[in-house]
Amino acid sequence: MAGLATSFGSGAMTNSFAELAHSKCLFVIGSNTTVAHPMVGMRLIEGRRNGGRLIVADPRRTALAKLADIHLRLRPGTDVPLINGLMHIICEHGWQNSNFISTRTENFEELHDSLRQWTPKYVADVTGVPQDMLLRAAELYARSEASAIVYCLGITQHRCGVNNVRSLANLAMLCGQVGRAYTGVNPLRGQNNVQGACDMGGLPNYYPGYQKVEDCAARAKFEAAWGCTLPARNGLTTIEMMHALHDGHIKAMIIMGENPVVSDPDAGHAAEALSRAEFLLCLDIFPTPTTELAHMVLPGASFAESEGTFTNSERRVQRVRQAIPPLAGRTNSQIIAALSRRLGHVMPNDEPCDIFDEMCALTPIMAGMSHARLDTQSLCWPCPHQEHPGTPILHQTGFTRGRGLFAAIPHVPPAELPDEEYPFLLSTGMRHAHYLTGTMTRRCGILERELPELTADIAPADARRLNIREGARMRLTSRRGSIVSRMHITDSVPEGVIFAPLHFAEAMVNLLTCPALDPVSKTPEYKISAIRLEKV
Amino acid sequence: MDIRHTATTCPYCGCGCGLTLETSQGRILRTSPTPHSPVNEGRLCIKGWNVHDFVQHADRLRKPLLRTGSQWQNLDWDNALDIAAARLAHIRDTYGPDSIGVLTSARCTNEENYLLQKFTRCALRTNNIDHCARL
Ligand code: SF4
Repeated sequence: MAGLATSFGSGAMTNSFAELAHSKCLFVIGSNTTVAHPMVGMRLIEGRRNGGRLIVADPRRTALAKLADIHLRLRPGTDVPLINGLMHIICEHGWQNSNFISTRTENFEELHDSLRQWTPKYVADVTGVPQDMLLRAAELYARSEASAIVYCLGITQHRCGVNNVRSLANLAMLCGQVGRAYTGVNPLRGQNNVQGACDMGGLPNYYPGYQKVEDCAARAKFEAAWGCTLPARNGLTTIEMMHALHDGHIKAMIIMGENPVVSDPDAGHAAEALSRAEFLLCLDIFPTPTTELAHMVLPGASFAESEGTFTNSERRVQRVRQAIPPLAGRTNSQIIAALSRRLGHVMPNDEPCDIFDEMCALTPIMAGMSHARLDTQSLCWPCPHQEHPGTPILHQTGFTRGRGLFAAIPHVPPAELPDEEYPFLLSTGMRHAHYLTGTMTRRCGILERELPELTADIAPADARRLNIREGARMRLTSRRGSIVSRMHITDSVPEGVIFAPLHFAEAMVNLLTCPALDPVSKTPEYKISAIRLEKV
Repeated sequence: MDIRHTATTCPYCGCGCGLTLETSQGRILRTSPTPHSPVNEGRLCIKGWNVHDFVQHADRLRKPLLRTGSQWQNLDWDNALDIAAARLAHIRDTYGPDSIGVLTSARCTNEENYLLQKFTRCALRTNNIDHCARL
């Protein structure tokens, strides 16, 4: 989020899913879309069928990569060199959109100067992508009438995640492929309501609607509305909180519906940090490795027991409706409001439609929404007033921040690369039948039959060399931990790379991953860590 | 049998497919795609079709639980909320508001997220709130 917000002024997907079926060129990078976002995957395939050209940049030969016109099989962690290289070629050939650059953007010179070193030959050396492929991809993206970029955690879950995203923003602005239909820079969110959690101010530095905590006027507005004095300093991020717990600066944690013991990039550290809390309060629908550490666990209501809204990746706010009463007797809103009252702050609203109205009145980008309106039609924000139809395409006349901001983006190699002791590069992600840490999907019978245990992918040449047979069990060890996994031999991973999904609490891949953080977004480097394989 | 259909939104990925839960007497019988949802236009992936399985799983937590030594003790709601609030108030007032941290959820609704950040800022009086979207 931090990357796009700096370049454009908003971190959200710029265009809508449906538009992807009509783009002339689709550039998909760091997204295994058909697995992680099946409906967006459908749109991409539809776009391909409608004659759109498909470029996929991914070290793995994913299902989508097999359908691509051009598969850029870059080395893991070389996204910035790849994109800088494409921009170098675009400028060399004069394919950039000079009109867009001069009227809509600033700081182009800085980017332009920085591209000089990224010659096709150098880029081919760093990324492993042949020069002629770089040329074809650059021309296709730059010269198509409408090109859209789609990316996901494969771009953001790196130590250099913010750089990766800003690079993609550079590319789109350079070619004027943003602010129009069927174009844009489109991050796909990993979870159903990530967009909403951010929009609602579930962030240490923002109130709802991206109004800054450190902006005195914004703070005064919320103080007046909520009837209390608010703390003026930004709070800590998730990872910083884990460190503060570890160091004893944080004494109590409240965790609603998250499972950091499994999802944290350095899972061993998260568990240890949480076990130091004087008081850990969890609200969840299932027991998880995180609730195991709690002092108190409150039983939450699932989506099927709740009224409200979710906001999908394309900023579309959609209704969630209660189908059955809460199994444990209370809605999550009632639980939060009851706690608040006991801690001395009485909340006037605990009915979802009233909470939503209160929020919209304080949040300009959603001021025109209400449950009643959403009952007839879902709406994409910004939707500033009640007659407004919503905004599927952002930045049409100007960027949210005014002019789009170019920046020179340096290459920051992964924090941990394979070496003699840990010769394989581990990359993590999802499989089709499960979702994230598996708390929900692993309790669905059919899904569990599809994929009952951890299976890691290994390239045929590596398997031969180490004498590993299909289905064999191997120990995967990194500098931080060790797990056992079955092995699946497939050429979808390149030599030297092991891919493993993170859904299995009994074999937590995140015990292995590397806790290096992006310095700006604090996103951990899930995508790359070094491991070795041993027979068990 | 009294059958009801409730149109709602899938709780898994960022696509946000419209799905319809078919219920009878407080139980979900089936999940199907909501026909006119602009996101999925009548389709769902394998996770969406099976969503009701986890909702009604036997492992669902149904009572507030308090740890006492190595045991878990069932509490009623009022008792649990009283104890939780007292512990939080004690820590807030002893070590200061920034000694408490809150993780909100990218799975929960907008309304719940709004309420939890408001609670964190107004009742706990800290900005230590984040979610795992960075993750
Ligand atoms: S049905 Fe599948 S594609 Fe649709 S939101 Fe749910 S998980 Fe995503």
